[in-house]
Amino acid sequence: MEFFHEPKIDWMGKKWYFMGLSLALLVAGMVSVALHRGLSYGIDFRGGTLVYVKFTKAPNLDAIRAQLRRENLGEATIQSYGAAQDNEVIIGLDLGTTASSDALDAGKRAIVTALGALYGAGPAGKVDFNNASPQTVAEHLVVADPLRLASKGSDEAMKSYRELSEALVAYRNSPPRSGLIGDLGELREVAGVTPAVLETLGKDFYLSGYAVRDTQIVGPKVGADLRRQAVYVTLAGLGAMLAYIWFRFELIYGVAAVIATFHDVLITIGFFSLLNKEISLTVIAALLTLVGYSMNDTIVVFDRIRENVRLNKRENFFDLVNRSINQTLSRTILTSGLTFLAVLSLYLFGGEVINAFALTLVIGVIIGSYSSIAIASPILVFFYQRYGRSRVGEKPRVLEREAAAGARR
Amino acid sequence: MEIKIRTRVIVIAAVLLLSFMGIICYPRGEEEFIGFPMNYQRLRENVRDRIRLGLDLKGGTHLVLQVQVEDAVNITNDLTRERLQDELRAKSIPFADVQKVDSTHILVKGIPQEKSSDIQSLASEQFPDWDLSRVTGDPMARQMTLKASAAAGIRNQALLQSMNTIRNRIDQLGVTEPTIAEYGQGEYTLVVQLPGVDDPSRVKDIIQSTAMLTLKIVQDGPYATRDAALAAHGGVLPPDSELLPGKRESSNETAGGEAWYIVSRIAAVTGRDLRDAQPRPDENGRPSVNFTLTRDGAVRFGRVTGQNIGKQLAIILDNRVFSAPVVQSQITDNGRITGSFTQQQAADLALVLRSGALPASIKYLAERTVGPSLGADSIRHGVIASIVGLVAVMAFMLFYYRGSGINANLALVLNLIILVAALAYFGAVLTLPGIAGVILTVGMGVDSNVLIFERIREELRLGKTVGAAVAGGFDHAFLTIIDTHVTTIASSLILFTFGTGPIRGFAVTLTIGLAANLFTSVFVSRVIFDYILGRREKGAELSI
Repeated sequence: MEFFHEPKIDWMGKKWYFMGLSLALLVAGMVSVALHRGLSYGIDFRGGTLVYVKFTKAPNLDAIRAQLRRENLGEATIQSYGAAQDNEVIIGLDLGTTASSDALDAGKRAIVTALGALYGAGPAGKVDFNNASPQTVAEHLVVADPLRLASKGSDEAMKSYRELSEALVAYRNSPPRSGLIGDLGELREVAGVTPAVLETLGKDFYLSGYAVRDTQIVGPKVGADLRRQAVYVTLAGLGAMLAYIWFRFELIYGVAAVIATFHDVLITIGFFSLLNKEISLTVIAALLTLVGYSMNDTIVVFDRIRENVRLNKRENFFDLVNRSINQTLSRTILTSGLTFLAVLSLYLFGGEVINAFALTLVIGVIIGSYSSIAIASPILVFFYQRYGRSRVGEKPRVLEREAAAGARR
Repeated sequence: MEIKIRTRVIVIAAVLLLSFMGIICYPRGEEEFIGFPMNYQRLRENVRDRIRLGLDLKGGTHLVLQVQVEDAVNITNDLTRERLQDELRAKSIPFADVQKVDSTHILVKGIPQEKSSDIQSLASEQFPDWDLSRVTGDPMARQMTLKASAAAGIRNQALLQSMNTIRNRIDQLGVTEPTIAEYGQGEYTLVVQLPGVDDPSRVKDIIQSTAMLTLKIVQDGPYATRDAALAAHGGVLPPDSELLPGKRESSNETAGGEAWYIVSRIAAVTGRDLRDAQPRPDENGRPSVNFTLTRDGAVRFGRVTGQNIGKQLAIILDNRVFSAPVVQSQITDNGRITGSFTQQQAADLALVLRSGALPASIKYLAERTVGPSLGADSIRHGVIASIVGLVAVMAFMLFYYRGSGINANLALVLNLIILVAALAYFGAVLTLPGIAGVILTVGMGVDSNVLIFERIREELRLGKTVGAAVAGGFDHAFLTIIDTHVTTIASSLILFTFGTGPIRGFAVTLTIGLAANLFTSVFVSRVIFDYILGRREKGAELSI
């Protein structure tokens, strides 16, 4: 089974089309960043407070907003998150509100108080099971002792109730309940639960209508630090790649590869702006991986170009590059295709949290392969056409060493 | 089988066995092999134990905090000023005033000319960490500046001590596998990770509490306001005393309000004299904290209580009077702190006292709390995405490379097994981006096989024999495989150095995955090919 049997496509002849396409994508992205939507930064860089809340029933966003205004959090943003049936929202406070008081988590506490007032109220003296920790549950069970374990000694009893509480809470947390149960009777499903246990739970606990799934609070100092670090890290990555390719090949190869990779990063960021996705720390990590991947791909083509240069010293460079690309085409398309399959699976099935990371890689894999053919190779050709063949080939010493190694093999 | 192939197969089998053992045979906490899990339940437990989950998969709290090390420098400044005044008086050097300019500078005013050399020698003998210099414009003043190295020493010491105290407190809370480490460069920031803690407010309060305990004799009080206290003494505090606020004690616990006490400045007992503190019910059965003193502390405490029977003893926490019971008789080695505590508050106070005081205050800079339900969801999503990705890739390899596709798939599966085993052996933490790293390893790892197989196809097309084509394929592709893996591993290492938590998890899984891939795609695939080639008849085609 073979897709590409000895392709003979004139890649370098089409280089202007490629340049045009790249330019169009770049311009669209940069215009979007500069003028249209700008870049939205994740909370890691922006600073502020985010609280992810899940509700048993679809939440009334207006009621929540009104309650928050009562807590003096009028500038809070509320948006829904994930699939509609999950009933999840994100409540956000910007850095100004977060940093204004001494305690970093004052905003979060206020949000939780507001939610408690709206959805968390229960009969006095009872504890909310939906937001209880295993320890709290265990303490109540030990006092009530529905399983009559007191005879075994208090340590044994504590241990057994501890395990039972952890099982109860784990049941509540596992999907599809994901942190919220609607009825204490559902706990019947947990191993070790007797009607006596259920009775204790019913007496001591009630069920509120919400559960906090995730909170992130980033103060101003940390946000600024991370922004700075992100830039350094990306530049460091590009610099390291340049150095490595310079070492393995020649400077012009390194420059071509870095320009191609830089092009990939810019286009990906442009896409993020066009699609209005947030750039968070994990996205930066994905961008760096993308840098490595794009280099990968470029190296494979350059390896073949270098080998062909060594074997056919008399060939026209233009044709040589075309031939090299055609020879590696099968491999390039296949690898990109396979990596694309893998990250596409992550994008489709990996969940909301990792979604932006996966999107970066999905875009990056395609653009990374494209740039090895469309950007890096034409740059080499340009350089050759201006500066002549001797500069693009191998340095003499390296040629001899490789010839000797080739003879030995 | 040829000898060469047999040894290689044994090597692969050994690696496979070691990997399996690493994943399923060592339960947490015991690094000994206790036996093959006999049923599915046990298998799941062992695997869950061996793989350390990051905060984003297990649930927990991540805190970034900054130790305000200037507090420690300020305290040194205060102590130095007191000592300086004592020394000046002792050496009969008259002075008008000793002032604090800022944390590292002290201004001494009113030194007469003839005592210049005296104060100079006093400074160099008794205060070696400080430089004495003249002040322009005032011949009778001197400035003392804390040496930079001494200041840096104090700051670093405060940081280390804070780290230890925090670690102590967290350990006593029973958090499993917490991490406390320095964060960032030179800013005295710490990162604290607390797996399984989904309500951080209690832990944060415990970490942040400075917990400076002192016991001082009350000279006068309680007064309703600060001014009332001062007025009773003609507006000036008696010598060697200080004015501290506290809560008014009353018979019914609801009535509160401030109470101001004039206490003696010298403490009878400080937190350093504590040997232990435990929550115990008091004589009325209400929660309180019992503390015991060290031998030296007991001696001093005995002396002070013996001399002050009938007076009140102020129990001061963080410069607030907590309570001021009357000394009924000489007490030597233990005491009790009562108040309107809940059981929890008493336990927390005892914990904090046991761990020692923080030398500087703590400011929180960032906080992330992942609830356990979100963690469970993330694990499920990650596993599903991994399986789908793996199946898709494996199916394609079978479809495109036929028989050799089986070869690649076997290598891929072994690659993943080694990756997971390496995570377990190294105790590396698996995060959600880490699972993404596994998926990426699948996609990029199979690239190596594609490189080799494509080259083999090319060699076959050039007319070489099957054996030569296979050898040629591996040889030519090897350098390129190294190149591609090195670049990706290089960017992973950069991510590891600069990244935190979840991103580090990604860098770790990707690096280990690609390193293992070098072994599986080159060595293992080659062995499988050689084995197959050895088995088939001459001239038969290779299924690729």
